[in-house]
Amino acid sequence: MKSKFARYLLQKFIWYLVAFFLAVSLNFFLPRLIPGNPVKVLVSQMATGGVQSDALARIYDNYMREFGLDQPMHIQFLRYFANLFRGDLGTSFMLYPGKVSNLIREALPWTVALQIPTILIGWIIGNVLGAACAYKGGRFDAIAFTSALAVSNIPYYCLAIILLYALAVHNPVFPVGGGYSFGSYPELSLSFLLDALHHYTLPFVSMIVVAIGGQAIGMREMALYELTTDYVHYSKALGLSDKKVIRYVFRNAMLPQITGLAISFGTMMGGALVTETVFSYPGIGSLLFTAIRQTDYPLIQGCTLIITVAVLLANFLVDIAYGFIDPRIRAAQLGER
Amino acid sequence: MGEVLVLVLRSRRFMIGAVLFLAVLCFGVIGPQLTDRNPFQMAGGLFNPPSEKNILGTDNLGRDVFTQLMYGTGTSLLIGFVAGVVATGIGVTIGAVAGFKGGFVDELLMGITNVLITIPAIVVLILLSIAIKSRSATVMGVIIGITSWPWTARAVRAQTSSLKTREHVDLARISGYTTIELIVKEILPYMFSYIFMAFILQFSAGITNEATLSMLGLGPYQTVSLGVMLHWALLWEAVRTGAWWAFLPPVLFLAVASFSLMLINAGLDEVFNPRLRKS
Repeated sequence: MKSKFARYLLQKFIWYLVAFFLAVSLNFFLPRLIPGNPVKVLVSQMATGGVQSDALARIYDNYMREFGLDQPMHIQFLRYFANLFRGDLGTSFMLYPGKVSNLIREALPWTVALQIPTILIGWIIGNVLGAACAYKGGRFDAIAFTSALAVSNIPYYCLAIILLYALAVHNPVFPVGGGYSFGSYPELSLSFLLDALHHYTLPFVSMIVVAIGGQAIGMREMALYELTTDYVHYSKALGLSDKKVIRYVFRNAMLPQITGLAISFGTMMGGALVTETVFSYPGIGSLLFTAIRQTDYPLIQGCTLIITVAVLLANFLVDIAYGFIDPRIRAAQLGER
Repeated sequence: MGEVLVLVLRSRRFMIGAVLFLAVLCFGVIGPQLTDRNPFQMAGGLFNPPSEKNILGTDNLGRDVFTQLMYGTGTSLLIGFVAGVVATGIGVTIGAVAGFKGGFVDELLMGITNVLITIPAIVVLILLSIAIKSRSATVMGVIIGITSWPWTARAVRAQTSSLKTREHVDLARISGYTTIELIVKEILPYMFSYIFMAFILQFSAGITNEATLSMLGLGPYQTVSLGVMLHWALLWEAVRTGAWWAFLPPVLFLAVASFSLMLINAGLDEVFNPRLRKS
């Protein structure tokens, strides 16, 4: 049994490695498909900004070396990989000579602090709500299910924009954006934490409502299916208390929902990035937004890479947890592949 | 078939969804034909509030928001539709071939599918959009479509591999049908309802994805869409300056478009899966 589990883990790990390699390759190749030499474009942009010509030449040489654009493609690729493993993501265009890795390091904690609690808490509440819908049925189900459908299928940022306008602009209860007040500096003090929490509320609420809705729909469907199974009828016929039956149903319907958790890390990403830009939250989403506006290729690549790594890692962790929780599904997965 | 139609028409979710969707569709498709205004033309001052001349006011460059909304709705629906067709087409093809062939082909195709599922689609979308400089609405729909098919492929594969063991498939095989004929004539018709529902979902996701990409600044080139309108609104701080007419209409239309498609899907689900239909 133990070796089987190890094999399952190894298999999963290899698949994730393949996915990672593919994502990094896309990250490398796609921006290079843009016709023309991005470095030349960049330098000509800087020239109109009135930078000295010898400084321009230096910047040009620096980027040519960094991108290795004078080298053949496969050497560029290998070099890109080598730099990646040293944690070197290149130099930003717009904040030259700022390092991409530093910019990302500053933004990442904000995104993590926003996303992980949203997904986990949304997942838990959503599952309970979905199970309740399936079990209670009737009016409760009709209202809760329809509203879950509504909130989970309108794009995240729709709710974000409406909340921002209603609760920060029209009725200024919450700040209009940012991660903390202008003039304060990130530090470990109570006043800063309270201030950060105040800024955190709206993005958090706008995202968690959507997450709850999505998970509730999935759970409701699973629980509805479980409720029609033989073991439920049998337990009921035996006279088991409702509470006990619900507990069985909940546990069985829960398993596929763990996969749902993994999926939400990937699918929530796009919406979460835009939500950040709506609130000017100082995370990866806002960074990416600025990078795209300034056509800062190294920074865009850095952002997409970190997003990919985060999602793959989250998926892998969920897969491991899944293997631990349910030996039956572990076996089924082994058989499937 | 008639029976199904009656059930569909009786589903309240389906009917509400269909009416809402048709309203949005008419607005976005017929609206632009009825106006002689251009969505890029100056029609007033900056962020003019709604008035008789501009029903929904003007945007950051003094362009008429109502005209933009009509054109933008049309573009967003077009992108969503193209994305839905492409994603469903690829997903059904790959899923059906993998499920029907089994063995190595199945392993290979599903391996690719599973790898693509784990890579977040938004990342691929961003990279592809950057690589393709002049994106028309159609190109953007295709880009979104080719990144969102894996889920459909996986589900279609599961259905195909269970359908292919049915007797009528064996009979057809004995009568000398080719693999393609078998898939097209003996397998796909039996999951038509499923494929249609998958298409509706992909359509809805396509509209949402367009908005996400456009809001990040990677929208269709020289075209207005609902996402592009929101991008402008964000960039020019329409929300924080309280110019609600510049961002609430596109938000509302996005929400109604995707929600109505979901209602249609939920309604169809009740019809085709009697298990969900509760008395």
